[in-house]
Order: sequence, then C-alpha cells, then structure tokens
Amino acid sequence: MIICHDCDLLQTKPDLQHQGKALCHRCGAVLFRSVPDSAQRVVALSLAGLILFAVANIYPFLAFDVGSQSTQTTLFTGVRELYAQGLWALAGLVFFTCIAAPLIQLVLMMHIFLPVMLGRTSYAVKPAFRLLLQLREWNMIEVFMIGILVALVKLTKMAIIIPGVAMWSFMALIFILTGAMTSIDGRIVWDRVDSEK
Amino acid sequence: MSEATALASSLTGCHTCNQVVRLDKDHHHQGLLCPRCGSPLHPRKHHSILLTWILVSLAFVFYIPANLLPMTRVVSLGQVQEDTIMSGVIYFIQSGSWYIALVIFIASVFVPVLKLLLLMFLLISVQRKSCWRPRDRTRLYRITELVGRWSMVDIYVVTILIALVNLGALADIDAGPAAVNFAAVVVITMLAAKSFDPRLIWDNAALPEDSAMKT
Ligand SMILES: [Zn+2]
Repeated sequence: MIICHDCDLLQTKPDLQHQGKALCHRCGAVLFRSVPDSAQRVVALSLAGLILFAVANIYPFLAFDVGSQSTQTTLFTGVRELYAQGLWALAGLVFFTCIAAPLIQLVLMMHIFLPVMLGRTSYAVKPAFRLLLQLREWNMIEVFMIGILVALVKLTKMAIIIPGVAMWSFMALIFILTGAMTSIDGRIVWDRVDSEK
Repeated sequence: MSEATALASSLTGCHTCNQVVRLDKDHHHQGLLCPRCGSPLHPRKHHSILLTWILVSLAFVFYIPANLLPMTRVVSLGQVQEDTIMSGVIYFIQSGSWYIALVIFIASVFVPVLKLLLLMFLLISVQRKSCWRPRDRTRLYRITELVGRWSMVDIYVVTILIALVNLGALADIDAGPAAVNFAAVVVITMLAAKSFDPRLIWDNAALPEDSAMKT
C-alpha cells in the first residue's frame, strides 16, 4: 500500500516493472518513479555533474572587454562582491541556491547510490536521503541561467562579453542534475534498508 | 474518486520513504518519527493554516518595498542612477528588448502576487470547508510550489551585474535596499507554500462528494 502525499489517499502500490511514474489515481500526484538501473544512472550522472561543477567553478564564467581593458569573472565573484558590500544575507542566499545546494545534491547522490550499486549499505543513508529531497527546491541554477541571459542583454551595449567554458559547463549541469534527480528510484534504497533488518 | 483519506483510517504515509504507518488513536500526532527512515511524520502539517496566513501576510509586507525601493544604484562619471524593478522593465521596453522586459515583469512583479493570491484562495477555500473541484485546487497548489523560485531572477541579474561591472571598473554598481526585501519575498513565499498542507483540501472534499454520488 502507498499513501499519496498530496491528497492522503490510501491505494495499492502499482507494480511498475518498466520505466515510468506511478500517479495517484485521485489527484494525479507522482507517487514514485520506476527507473531501470536507477543506481547506475544516478551514479553516472552525478559523477558527470561533479566534473561539470568543478569546471564551472574553476574556469572563468564570463570575459568582459571594455576598450583595452579585459577582465574575467568566476561563478563565485558575484557572491564575494555582495558580501563585500555588506549584503551578507543576499550573498548567503545566492551562494546556497547556486553553489552549495547543487554541490551537496551531487555529493549526496554519490554517497547514497554508489554503495547501492556495489551492493553495500552507505553510512547514514536515511538522513542523507531526506536531505537530498529537501534540497531539491533550493537548487535554483536554472533560474540563475536566465539571470545571466538578462544581464548579458543589459550589458551588450556597454561592453563585449565572451561566455567562458564555465558557462557552458553550468548550462550542461542544469540538464545533468535534473536527469540525475529524476533517475532516482527510492525503492531500491528502502528495499536495501528493509533487508538489513 | 471519493475515497476517505488515510488519516480517517488512522494511517499516514512517510514523505521520505513512502512507508505506511499506523497511528495511535489517542495520540496527538506530534513528534512522530517514521519507523523505517526516521523522518518526522506529519499526518497533517501542524498549524498549517495559521502559519501559512502569517507567512503570506509577511510576504506582502516585504513585497511593497521590494517594488518601490531601488534595486541597483549605479555611479558612473559622477552621476548616480537608481533603478527599481519597474524602471528596469521600462528601460528594456524602450531599448527594444521587450521579451527581456516581459521575463522580468512576470518573474518579479506578477509571479509573487499570483502565488500569494493563489495561496490566499486555497486558504479561504479550506477554511470554508469547500468541496469545489479538489483536483483542480491541488493543481493550483502545485503551481504555487513551482513558480516561486523564478522570482529570484532579478536577484541573480543584480549579482552578475555587480560582479561584471565592478571588475570592469567602468562604473560602480551597488545592490539597492530592494534586493534584500525581494530575497525575503522569495524565501517567505517558498516557506508559505511549504507550510500549506494540500491534504486539507481533500479532508472536506472526500465525504460530501461521496454522499452526492450515492443519491
Ligand atoms: Zn493523491
């Protein structure tokens, strides 16, 4: 049996064998996802995500040319500038939603699903899984991407702006991270927890 | 279409691991933990309606300065220019980038108000024990959960402008007082959507529909 999160309806758990989403038959909420080879997919995608994340943070995000002057900026520069202006709350929010939340998500997915893939039990899997679900809505990298586009339009009249390699990695990270989160089949984690008892 | 809720049969589902848990009849359902994964169980979110009302009102309080005060302050060649969200929208319309103007207007002005009005509608409908189209009201709730994050766009635009322009040293740009208010609106409306419990919609809807079908 399974209970819908949105409408509290008790219903028999659909036995999905293939890839797909189980929907609540009363309100249409997603009850759970069935993904074949879920652990392998999540591990592969979050590994790719971690590499993209590293590139996005190490290499210059945008290069900025005004006349003879040329400067480069990384993802972290904006956060540092906000902090330097005394807006620590704002700096913290931008840091959390665009850097910390996606990084923690990627690390947690590796931490939870690599042991599952290898047939082991990971350390503190229960709080790790809960935190992973809670972070989902605080990761706003796709909104940040739209912010970049708007800022570019605003600045094209003042200077020539060249997107750096970090920007392309960041864009790819949006799709990889979404792909990883939708490849999570929670049942394989909880079946493992049940079998430990 | 009209079965009773799990709570009516003294059951609740864990939101982390989907475990079905039996509740004690005389228990107050506070501080319960899922026996499988240890997550806190909320048969219904505690003080959901009151808390959501408080957060919605608080968001309106921050929404006004967020839109009236300057978002950015640019100092260039001794001249100071202050921009609010609306003056930014007007700037983009005048410079021909009407689609960017539309993105900022929808994300910063329209979405927060839409979200707050939807939450108020849902709160009132639950308080009046309405049984009007519960499935559509649940959809409206999902919209409020999805759209709130997009209001962060303008915060990010300011962050990127500050990073680029200050480095380029062609002008000085500071985040104005609206930025912090705006961030507060986004975070508070997200917390408001989280504190609302959509299952309350179905508590009232399930039973009258059932009797209506029998007659
Ligand atoms: Zn449902």
